[in-house]
Amino acid sequence: MTSELYLLGFGPEGWGPVLARAGLMTLAVSLSAFLLGTMLGTLAVCGRVSGNALARRIAEIYVVVLRGVPDLLVIFLFYFGGRQVVAFFGTALGFEGPFDISGFAAGMLAIGLISGAGQSEVLRGAYQAVPKGTLEAGRVVGMTRWQLFRRVIAPQAMVTAIPGMGNQWQSVIKESALVSVTGLVETMRQVSIAAGTTQEHFLFYTAAAIIYLIITTLSDQVFRLLERRSMAGYAGASR
Amino acid sequence: MDVPYFASLFRDLLSGLPLTLNLAFLALLGGFVLALLLNLARTTRTGTAIAGTYVFFFRGTPLLVQLFMIYFGIAQFEFIRSSFLWPLLREPYWCGLIALMLNDAAYTSEILRGGLRAVPRGTQEAARVSGMSSLQILRRVTLPIAVRQALPAYSNEIISMLKSTALVSMISLMDVTGIAREAVAETWRAVEIFLCAGLIYLVLSLIVTRATSRAERALSPWQFGARQ
Amino acid sequence: MTKTARALVGAALSAALLAAPAASADMTGRTIVIATEGAFPPSNMTRPNGELYGFEIDLVNEIAKRENLKIELISQAWDGMIQGLIDGKYDAIVDGVSITGARKEVVDFTHPYTTGGSTFVVMNSAGIDLPMNGTTAQLDDPVSIDPAVEAVAAVLDGKTVGVQQATIQSAFLEEYLQDKGVKVRTYPNGSDVYQDLSIGRIDAGIASLTNVAAFLEKNGDKAAATGPTFIGGIMGAGSGLAVQKGDTELQEALNAGLESIVADGTLAELSQKWFGLVVTPQQY
Repeated sequence: MTSELYLLGFGPEGWGPVLARAGLMTLAVSLSAFLLGTMLGTLAVCGRVSGNALARRIAEIYVVVLRGVPDLLVIFLFYFGGRQVVAFFGTALGFEGPFDISGFAAGMLAIGLISGAGQSEVLRGAYQAVPKGTLEAGRVVGMTRWQLFRRVIAPQAMVTAIPGMGNQWQSVIKESALVSVTGLVETMRQVSIAAGTTQEHFLFYTAAAIIYLIITTLSDQVFRLLERRSMAGYAGASR
Repeated sequence: MDVPYFASLFRDLLSGLPLTLNLAFLALLGGFVLALLLNLARTTRTGTAIAGTYVFFFRGTPLLVQLFMIYFGIAQFEFIRSSFLWPLLREPYWCGLIALMLNDAAYTSEILRGGLRAVPRGTQEAARVSGMSSLQILRRVTLPIAVRQALPAYSNEIISMLKSTALVSMISLMDVTGIAREAVAETWRAVEIFLCAGLIYLVLSLIVTRATSRAERALSPWQFGARQ
Repeated sequence: MTKTARALVGAALSAALLAAPAASADMTGRTIVIATEGAFPPSNMTRPNGELYGFEIDLVNEIAKRENLKIELISQAWDGMIQGLIDGKYDAIVDGVSITGARKEVVDFTHPYTTGGSTFVVMNSAGIDLPMNGTTAQLDDPVSIDPAVEAVAAVLDGKTVGVQQATIQSAFLEEYLQDKGVKVRTYPNGSDVYQDLSIGRIDAGIASLTNVAAFLEKNGDKAAATGPTFIGGIMGAGSGLAVQKGDTELQEALNAGLESIVADGTLAELSQKWFGLVVTPQQY
């Protein structure tokens, strides 16, 4: 097998450059999906803790549905049904057609939506862990709701949320492999093409595993660093 | 709405349900046994290293990579194809089940580990002084408390496995998702078909959620008021 | 006038007539996006740098040159490819799409650029030999198809046959052989059929003659086509380029190009170059 390792290299016959590019695509699609998920997750938490019964209901249904349906189906739905969905909302918002959806957009939307449901659980837990006394104190000194969120809730909740958000990010990276079914050339798709062309399946799927391990391990380190830094203010109090 | 169409679509999709349930159930069962073994291994130094590497690999890579590695990767080698393993690995069903099982074991072992760590030392000491053997302590004190602690996380894992079985449609198996994909390729009614398939999984996961929250109540009478 | 001469004149005439819309204002300003799989050798394949190449790539490039079309090739997975055309994600498909009645309801086709026909393929090591090797079974003719199906089913009873999903071959297996004890395994990707065939997961595969020819070109020492060649009926009438329903402008421009490369033998040359034999129509 070592004789075939040149296939992973950067020579004329090597798949190295395209694999590197595909790895970056995995990062790009994961990152945009994760950020979309954070926005949706925050919205969902707002809905769930708000006094509005309808908002709470919508947020709950969103989380239950997205946590109960396979990721693969959501991606297929967005990709194949994407144009119909986009056209529906596009027309509703008054845009002129024709509407279209790329593999990147479909994958980002699908995974963002799935991740939003997961992130909302993490964020809700973090919100609930914010000591009620600090909220009351904020209210007493006359903060508006937005000030309260930005200066009291968000900074405290972020600290508790970091490990959970780290897990959500890891899930997003792994889910991004499923976007390969849309034809988007990210790591998984590129590796399948290479494996099919060269008939070196084991070699290329091992390469894929290593690429994902590198990404997951490095981001794990980043989240640990964030965790340590965010704890700085608490060091005296918590230990 | 085209009622006869949806009726026949659901009939088609539901014919994949036995395979979906079969894979989910057996993967969870096998994964749980393997997870127990991994936690037992953690009592020794080499065992800890092996279990750690196993968990690192299976939790750090996508299930799809693991599945393709088993289905396409390993089968590439002649010595595998002439070995006793081939009757198993020849079948897409076994490749799918093995991949799901190995993947589930990694996640379940971490959930169990968390549960075991949450068992208060004092309870085990109390059991020892009252004369229980190690096995008795494990069976009557440690495991019940650990399982109760791990139940919420394990409930998520059950749902996650149920959803993960959809990936076997990538290796030509006709589970609910596989049937949905074929129907889409043939009739191009993607939205209706994938929504109906999604509904089936949603109902399954709601059933699991109900069942596990009942189990949680039953296992913690002190929190919800004892039953008569 | 001989048949060939008539065809030539016809082709020249229609080319002259149809060149007009091709050069019209609408077509010149339009970039035609054509989808292909990029993984269906030797019709369409992908180089490590992402560049597409193969028989069909040469084919559309030649047509584009002759008809002055601005084209852009993109790669897409086969499942969902026709849906994508219906949805307007691209203007045309070139991916060995067989012309069938069911597909004609949702998309329009150009003239066929291959003659069609499908065959079973087996590995020599499997020791399976289908009867009626080298004959042709015509699906529209019961006298021709019934005995062929009986004979093939007798050998394949209890065996697993692999086929790509939602293809004319999968429809054929389902309609003619599944109820006779043949186990059918369908794959989203065509290349996976050969993958599993060569390692012995399935006992036989079925695909178009051109597709099988490509596999045999590399694996001729280990595998063989076997049994009759099935044509007609649901097996369709060869592959054509698919365009959106009602896009007659593009359809006519592509047809004009096809007529031109058939007439001067360029298509036959391309077929010889990529398949090692002529699998293309000699005239329209």
